[in-house]
Amino acid sequence: MMKRLILWVPLGAFLVFLAVVAAGLYAPRQEAVPSNMIGQPLPDFALQPAISGRPGLTSAELRMGRPHLINIFASWCLPCRTEAAQLAELRRRGIPIDGIAVRDREQDLAAFLSTYGDPFRAIGGDVDRRVQLDIGSAGVPETFVIDGQGIIRHQHIGAITDADLPEIMAAYQEAAR
Amino acid sequence: MRVAMALALTLAASAPALGDSLLPPARYANVQLADPRQERQAKALMETIRCLVCQGQSIADSNAEMAGDMRSLIRERIAAGESPESIRSWLVSRYGEWVTYTPELEPATWPLWAAPVVLLLGGLWLARGRFRRKRRA
Repeated sequence: MMKRLILWVPLGAFLVFLAVVAAGLYAPRQEAVPSNMIGQPLPDFALQPAISGRPGLTSAELRMGRPHLINIFASWCLPCRTEAAQLAELRRRGIPIDGIAVRDREQDLAAFLSTYGDPFRAIGGDVDRRVQLDIGSAGVPETFVIDGQGIIRHQHIGAITDADLPEIMAAYQEAAR
Repeated sequence: MRVAMALALTLAASAPALGDSLLPPARYANVQLADPRQERQAKALMETIRCLVCQGQSIADSNAEMAGDMRSLIRERIAAGESPESIRSWLVSRYGEWVTYTPELEPATWPLWAAPVVLLLGGLWLARGRFRRKRRA
């Protein structure tokens, strides 16, 4: 009797294998690559101003006691256009927002800001994507919440929608504590 | 004819939806290092680093701009004398184990390494009766 049952074990194992494969095939594709740097201090960087006459962005100023948002964006990134209203709303609620413009040209960036609005305190130009890679960001747009000690506290992947505002506000207030 | 004209006009007028920037590729995105030994090291590492925006491809195989930026980063750091394993662990600390195609042995991945051994032992155990009977005969 026992032997009979054991003969079914390979078939059982195969069915389990099929179930795992099917679950993997039908599960929605996970496209977002989260940063592994949440809870870690911001790496050191000093980005040149992306727009001349305005401040660039250094990691040192992000450690000076007040939480910030860092918005990683680009003028050539289509989804970045859709979050302009939400960034303006966060700015209106008194949250300082710094920008990191990825692989951007000054003239394109200036046109982007004049068309879609400019919520940024400072914009650093990340021409070779080094800072983006250094903080574990895998695309544009992404928004990071940095606390007053320069620790990365939260990452939002993709454009911010109205539905995401509470999550970002909560992360910001948590970082401000 | 009119349809063809309309089609040509539509194609000419529609701007492509670009996912890439207007800047040229990074310096070492598509340019090999001068030192063949270093280039070999860099290439071997690139083949085991996953592209972040085109999942399922290594950055060595991908045409994505971001993959080019990562190739350039790897070549520059190899040229500066950094070891491939140190660059890999730098990337893993940014993006997690996910980014490498050579997973380390750790709690989350031990089934991966143990499965072949477990399956082999299981098979031997299932077949043990056969061996015994043959010896007796």
